[in-house]
Amino acid sequence: MAVPHYMASGMGGIRSAGDLVARMQFSKNMKIKDAKEYVAKKLGISTLEIADEHVMRELREELKIGVVTGVPGAPRGIAAKMNIEKILNTKINSCEKFRKMTRL
Amino acid sequence: MTQFYTRMGDGKRVTMAKKEIMCDIEDGIADAVDMGGVPALSQNEIDMLFEIISNKNRIVGVEPGNEVVLSYDIGQLDFTGDNGNSGNGVDVGRLESALLHERALGADTFELAHADYSIKPVKPVIANEMQTMEEIQNEIVAPFFYGAMPNGGLYYAPDGPYGNPADLMREFKIEEAMTAAELTANHLAKDIEYVATRMVTAGADGFNFDTTASAGDADFVGTLKGVAALRRECPNTYIMVGMAGESVMGIHGSIEYEGKIVAGTYPHQQVVFAQKAGANVFGPVVNTNTSKSLAWNLARSVTFVKECVKVAKIPCHVNMGMGVGGIPMCETAPLDAVTRCNKAMVEIAKVDGI
Repeated sequence: MAVPHYMASGMGGIRSAGDLVARMQFSKNMKIKDAKEYVAKKLGISTLEIADEHVMRELREELKIGVVTGVPGAPRGIAAKMNIEKILNTKINSCEKFRKMTRL
Repeated sequence: MTQFYTRMGDGKRVTMAKKEIMCDIEDGIADAVDMGGVPALSQNEIDMLFEIISNKNRIVGVEPGNEVVLSYDIGQLDFTGDNGNSGNGVDVGRLESALLHERALGADTFELAHADYSIKPVKPVIANEMQTMEEIQNEIVAPFFYGAMPNGGLYYAPDGPYGNPADLMREFKIEEAMTAAELTANHLAKDIEYVATRMVTAGADGFNFDTTASAGDADFVGTLKGVAALRRECPNTYIMVGMAGESVMGIHGSIEYEGKIVAGTYPHQQVVFAQKAGANVFGPVVNTNTSKSLAWNLARSVTFVKECVKVAKIPCHVNMGMGVGGIPMCETAPLDAVTRCNKAMVEIAKVDGI
């Protein structure tokens, strides 16, 4: 079911900014319109562009927030999520745990 | 007369004329209005629905800019599970499955799941699940939940410690049946608190309560109490409550949450309970009738879900699997039907996600 849903209406996760919009829905109870506007504003692009793979592929690499392809040296996992925290001005649970464990 | 390719609720391809499709759309809406007491769709929305259903293309999609979040249930079991879960039977690891969903399948969120996908069996292997959560969180970027069904049925005999209400009622032991349901609700709430708080401790972004109320009203109340406890202990965790069916079965009949009976409630009423308990996202369900057409099922589903989204103060991610949300009840749901249901839910019901 993943493929038809993504093709018909999905944001595409880290192919675009779907993960970021999801984070705002879950962390702030934002409806889709508000969550997209929040993310677009933080990224400095339009709400149309946040679901545009062409725009987001380059921007994600530049912002170091995780990319969909295997790029050696590009942050992923906790490192990418720490950068997402700063951009979205939010806290991510796994990053909080990591900071506690490493005493950062 | 022009005939349009469409589907029945069991997935079978049929052809229908415009008049037949319109008639089924109106009947489906009327059924939702009658059962749920929700408002009917407008004529403009009915026309939109017909355009979506009768579109000549195999696949349809939303207009650019209308994309929504695609959250997941069942975790890696969509790869590893058997056909009971519409799984592929591919024994891939849980880390690999999570990263494939994130990097190859466009998932906006994903989750870790136990093979039995229920709260109760997670308890004995909680440390194992916590370690795997910690490991995957190190690699994944997208929000990564732990997911499980509350599955209150596992607390009744012969699987659990309490009498089975179905057996007790058959023996006219009504009070005993109600007591068993109440004990189950409380036990389930404690187990949810135990499992969910530990998974958050391990770094989970949140918890997905999938197929809530599958064992009826006591299952729903137990889940709501568990959600409230989780919210108290982990105020910033992400919580998603997805339902099992369109109406909560009254196995107990009069069990309440915050002073209100939950039995018999429909999506626009269920969401009020979920948001009160502390959920961030609600997943409404509308069941598919296999004897009716796609037009009937989709119109009915959209009518229910549109009202749920309107009432909700939190985002709604409608359940769109096999046999719910207008989608035909079959293991390999046809692409044409899935994408039509998808577009209608986003552009008519205005869901926040799927």
